[in-house]
Amino acid sequence: ISTLVLAEHQGGAIKPQSVSAVKAAKSLSNDNPISLLLAGSGSALHEAAANAASCDPSVSEVLVADSDEFSHPLAEPWAKLIHLVQQKGGYSHVITASGSFGKNILPRAAALLDVSPITDVIEISDPHLFVRPIYAGNALCTVRYTGAGPCLLTVRSTSFPVPPILADSKSNEAPITQVDLSTFGEDSVGKSRYVKHTSQDTERPDLGNARVVVSGGRALKSAENFKMIEKLAEKLGAAVGATRAAVDAGYVPNDLQVGQTGKIVAPELYMAFGVSGAIQHLAGMRDSKVIVAVNKDAEAPIFQVADYGLVGDIFEVIPELLEKLPENK
Amino acid sequence: MKIMVAIKRVVDYAVKIRVKSDKSGVETQNVKMSMNPFCEIALEEALRIKEAGMASEVVAVTMGLKQCVDTLRTGLAMGADRGIHVETSGPLYPLSVAKLLRALVEVEKPGLLILGKQAIDDDCNQTGQMVAGLLNWPQGTFASKVVLDKEKQIVTVDREVDGGLETLCLDMPAVITTDLRLNQPRYATLPNIMKAKSKAIKKFTPEDLNVEIKSDIEEVQVTEPPKRKAGVILSSVDELIDKLKNEAHVI
Repeated sequence: ISTLVLAEHQGGAIKPQSVSAVKAAKSLSNDNPISLLLAGSGSALHEAAANAASCDPSVSEVLVADSDEFSHPLAEPWAKLIHLVQQKGGYSHVITASGSFGKNILPRAAALLDVSPITDVIEISDPHLFVRPIYAGNALCTVRYTGAGPCLLTVRSTSFPVPPILADSKSNEAPITQVDLSTFGEDSVGKSRYVKHTSQDTERPDLGNARVVVSGGRALKSAENFKMIEKLAEKLGAAVGATRAAVDAGYVPNDLQVGQTGKIVAPELYMAFGVSGAIQHLAGMRDSKVIVAVNKDAEAPIFQVADYGLVGDIFEVIPELLEKLPENK
Repeated sequence: MKIMVAIKRVVDYAVKIRVKSDKSGVETQNVKMSMNPFCEIALEEALRIKEAGMASEVVAVTMGLKQCVDTLRTGLAMGADRGIHVETSGPLYPLSVAKLLRALVEVEKPGLLILGKQAIDDDCNQTGQMVAGLLNWPQGTFASKVVLDKEKQIVTVDREVDGGLETLCLDMPAVITTDLRLNQPRYATLPNIMKAKSKAIKKFTPEDLNVEIKSDIEEVQVTEPPKRKAGVILSSVDELIDKLKNEAHVI
């Protein structure tokens, strides 16, 4: 067994979900050399590679693909890169985190390798036996990989949590090797071009990794009212989430959606305000440690998963919470 | 230009699913089946492109059991011009579906292949990316906006990604997979349902398309997820803050 982990990086550091992918790789087998693959271009890539080399003592090497082709996460060159690196290194497993980056690239790479990928893995039972949710998390499916080729997985980072990276763990530095791109070719290049990326830059913690998430539903009634959720999140040092209904109604941008087709979160505390608890929303937050629900409808399905429920008007409860909650330290 | 749309027959999104007691799967007998909601969005987008004068024909394709024809008829009633059904028996995983789609693309030569980003039964989110890889076509997955430039033969796609929205420009032919906010699919009207009965559906077998259906994965068992223990209903904000602080220790 040997594993290639495709990592994401930003601002010169490897992303937390990629460290979770390393943790998943470790759970395949004790004897499992792990190679981390990073791609991009320029100094940020090399900074990230240095960071990746010490992200986990079980990483045995860091592979760096440096080319302008990888400046943006386009599936075409990246899938081809996985294909190239897998063929050269003969890895038995290829793993990446189940975010929009990995979901876009890994199945394409699997097709190039003529294997079935297994996506959204939440449990690794043995090197070829995996558990993944189906039907929006209403059932769990155990899947065995029986192929002769490499086994390609995307893993949910919430199922493979990692403690925050320690700054002084430099003692375990894996060697960094450049990927030879001389045989990369250009046949798939240029058919897709990156235009732009738009995001809401905020100071708040990232939704996928926050310790506390405060979430609002359609009952907030307007983008203006939704600011109460943001205020409460600020007070708790929390990330802001929203239901599909709230996003569709235009109260908040799409990247705040928690649920089956949005983000999957599993914070220590999830507070849902005016959220009814549609199946597809529950699929995105049911693994949270403590769930609080505030809704004026006592019959709302959200109360079936909440540890603490409060039946009441959110427009009264939220201001009261804002007043009475202690300041986040 | 032709547009090909792949559609899948799944348990209706409103049905509360039941895991079979022998753990062999999810009960689909005597359960309402419908077109996968993401596939409806894919078909709707294709129809809108055609209605805007940018495409000449919309071909809906499906794979699987005999009953999938019903779902194909729904697609024809929504407005697809004709249908293709590749009849298979037994389990069909995304790699095989992608190979069948590639074979159909080689027959039909569409300028766009549009699929839903995932099916709400197996939640795989794989087929579009895989067929794009097999065809060596560019891909625009999780699309929330699609703008076609017929002159230049390019399509601009806004994609819903973790950190916001990403815009890509793809040379055609291309593969697009649809996210929820791309459009609101139409309902089939009664006259169109009647009309759809006379639209052509062509049948293929995997052998006709030279695709061998084999699988390198196997479903071992399907189980119910662990249940959360019932919580408590509190009476005041003060009590909530107290519980969070002193019982759950999360604030």
